[in-house]
Amino acid sequence: MSAFVWLTILTALRVLARNRLRAGLTMLGIVIGVAAVIAMVSIGEGAKRAVQAQIATMGTNVIIIFPGVTSASGVRGSQGSAVTLNVSDALDLKKRIPLLADTGWARRDVMQIVYGNRNWNGPINGISPSYLTIRDWSFTSGGPFTQTDLDSAARVALIGQTVVGNLFEPGEEPVGAVIRIKNVPFRVIGVLAPKGQSAQGSDQDDVIFIPFSTAERKVFGTSFIGSVGAMFGSTDQVEDLPVAAEQIREVLRARHRLQTEQDDDFTIRTQIDIGKVQEGTSETLTVMLFAIASVSLLVGGIGIMNILLVSVTERTREIGVRMAVGAKRHHIVMQFLIEAMTLSLVGGALGIVLGITGAKLTTLIAGWPTIISGDVIMLAFFFSLVVGLFFGLYPANKAARLNPIEALRYE
Amino acid sequence: MGSLIECEDVWKVYRVGDMEVQALRGLSLTIEQGEYVAVMGPSGSGKSTLMNILGCLDQPTKGRYRLNGREVGNLKSDQLAGIRNQQIGFVFQSFNLIPRTSALENAQLPLFYRGLSLKEQRAQAAAALGRVGLQGREHHYPTQLSGGQQQRVAIARALVTSSSLLLADEPTGNLDTQSSKEIMRILETLNRDEGITIILVTHEVDVAAYAARAIVITDGQVLSDRATKARPPSSPVGV
Repeated sequence: MSAFVWLTILTALRVLARNRLRAGLTMLGIVIGVAAVIAMVSIGEGAKRAVQAQIATMGTNVIIIFPGVTSASGVRGSQGSAVTLNVSDALDLKKRIPLLADTGWARRDVMQIVYGNRNWNGPINGISPSYLTIRDWSFTSGGPFTQTDLDSAARVALIGQTVVGNLFEPGEEPVGAVIRIKNVPFRVIGVLAPKGQSAQGSDQDDVIFIPFSTAERKVFGTSFIGSVGAMFGSTDQVEDLPVAAEQIREVLRARHRLQTEQDDDFTIRTQIDIGKVQEGTSETLTVMLFAIASVSLLVGGIGIMNILLVSVTERTREIGVRMAVGAKRHHIVMQFLIEAMTLSLVGGALGIVLGITGAKLTTLIAGWPTIISGDVIMLAFFFSLVVGLFFGLYPANKAARLNPIEALRYE
Repeated sequence: MGSLIECEDVWKVYRVGDMEVQALRGLSLTIEQGEYVAVMGPSGSGKSTLMNILGCLDQPTKGRYRLNGREVGNLKSDQLAGIRNQQIGFVFQSFNLIPRTSALENAQLPLFYRGLSLKEQRAQAAAALGRVGLQGREHHYPTQLSGGQQQRVAIARALVTSSSLLLADEPTGNLDTQSSKEIMRILETLNRDEGITIILVTHEVDVAAYAARAIVITDGQVLSDRATKARPPSSPVGV
């Protein structure tokens, strides 16, 4: 940069340092605007990341298929109340759709579990072994049951952390223990690793898995053998999810002999669909943030323009002198633009510091996760620059258009 | 080489509302390189307008003004700024130093707009301050300097451009007698020893007496133009 620009920046800084209070008050709009945006974007990003993590606990590239609803004389039951899906659907899907890496199924009911003198009411899930891999369940001790357990309707159970906490003493090893579900003894062979809340907010660790066949024959007492509460599929690539979902739909419609005019008697949701719902929420947040940012930067910009107009008036004589000794129009424009941008950039920098501090404090005090991204900081800096430039332009031009003779005579 | 300043039938007409004010009415004037000229006249005579035009702060409505052989009547404002920067030094009655800015930086100002390196600017400005006897006061602020010293900073600012034309508009108007004498002595030295052309606007006869030629303006025209004292080396004087 030329000596001119450097000296002008220096002069601008000195002018601002001279009117510290005034400069500070002027910058306040920008400071608050930038700080608010940075803090809120950080909190928003943190929340988004947390939601993504929750969605990831569903498993990897998961498709969920629910049965349709029952309809008795026009009165419709709740989602999944019909018994339109069964095990053979799941097996056939896997056979017919190469995109599907695996399929699994589950059926659940809430029942009392007893261990020793304690009991707990938790959801009992009769599942296929493949369900565990599709949903990415891992173990803190013990391990999963196998196809053999399913085939032989073995009385084995896997229990989640919440169940462990409610049935066992702290430090007691659940693996090997025998619990009773509906008076049927089950041997605990695995303790599931915690997953925390689901994207919908339910406790995913409050769960007991037993082989589907065991559940069907010994616990649930189902009248429709083979009917499942939900089916699960997974693909190797996330991009394959929509195609696989469509293929599932076609296969199921054919299997269920649905006519073209009939609605599906099942519902298919992919992990992408569930993610989209969350993205929609964060988009709304982004739009709101953008609105807040725009308003505060606008107010900050007007503040800068106002103070520069005052400055131009106050320094009319100085401008006259500068013109007399040979300052060209662009020199004067530059001087005031640089002053405006110095104001907005210093304000922006302070805002960034304040915003980061605010975000960190939020994490510290409220415990919300926050993520400070470099992009937002760059953006905030860039916008401060633009605000300075834009709102500095008018006062700068006003200064440059002064008549040197009148400016020199100005009292 | 022609004359430094050649004015030919210069008119300046202002319009104030519906009123037309003729500040200069066909004024003609020639000033040679190295002259020391006092411009006098009652207020409203047009001498300020003349100085503005001579200093390229303003342009004639009609007529010709050549500075160093170059017609400046139809130049754009940035070109005029360039000419002021390169060829003209101003000294004002009220000093017009930039407040809260050191003597050195004030003297640097014209060089600042020439895009010289900071080092160069400082060296030349310090040298100019030395020429007006302000060594050691480079870092004083205007408020820390006496009126006479402030005016000397202003002269240094005019000198730093190495221009050969110095326009002084009532340079002693705000000064006490002692300081006035100092300033006039400096101007005289600059004219005599360095051959700098000085045009001095004043209405004090004893200040005008320092000049070798006195031009009296009345009603936008030259009333009289005569040598005030015989001074050997300077170029041809007067009518």
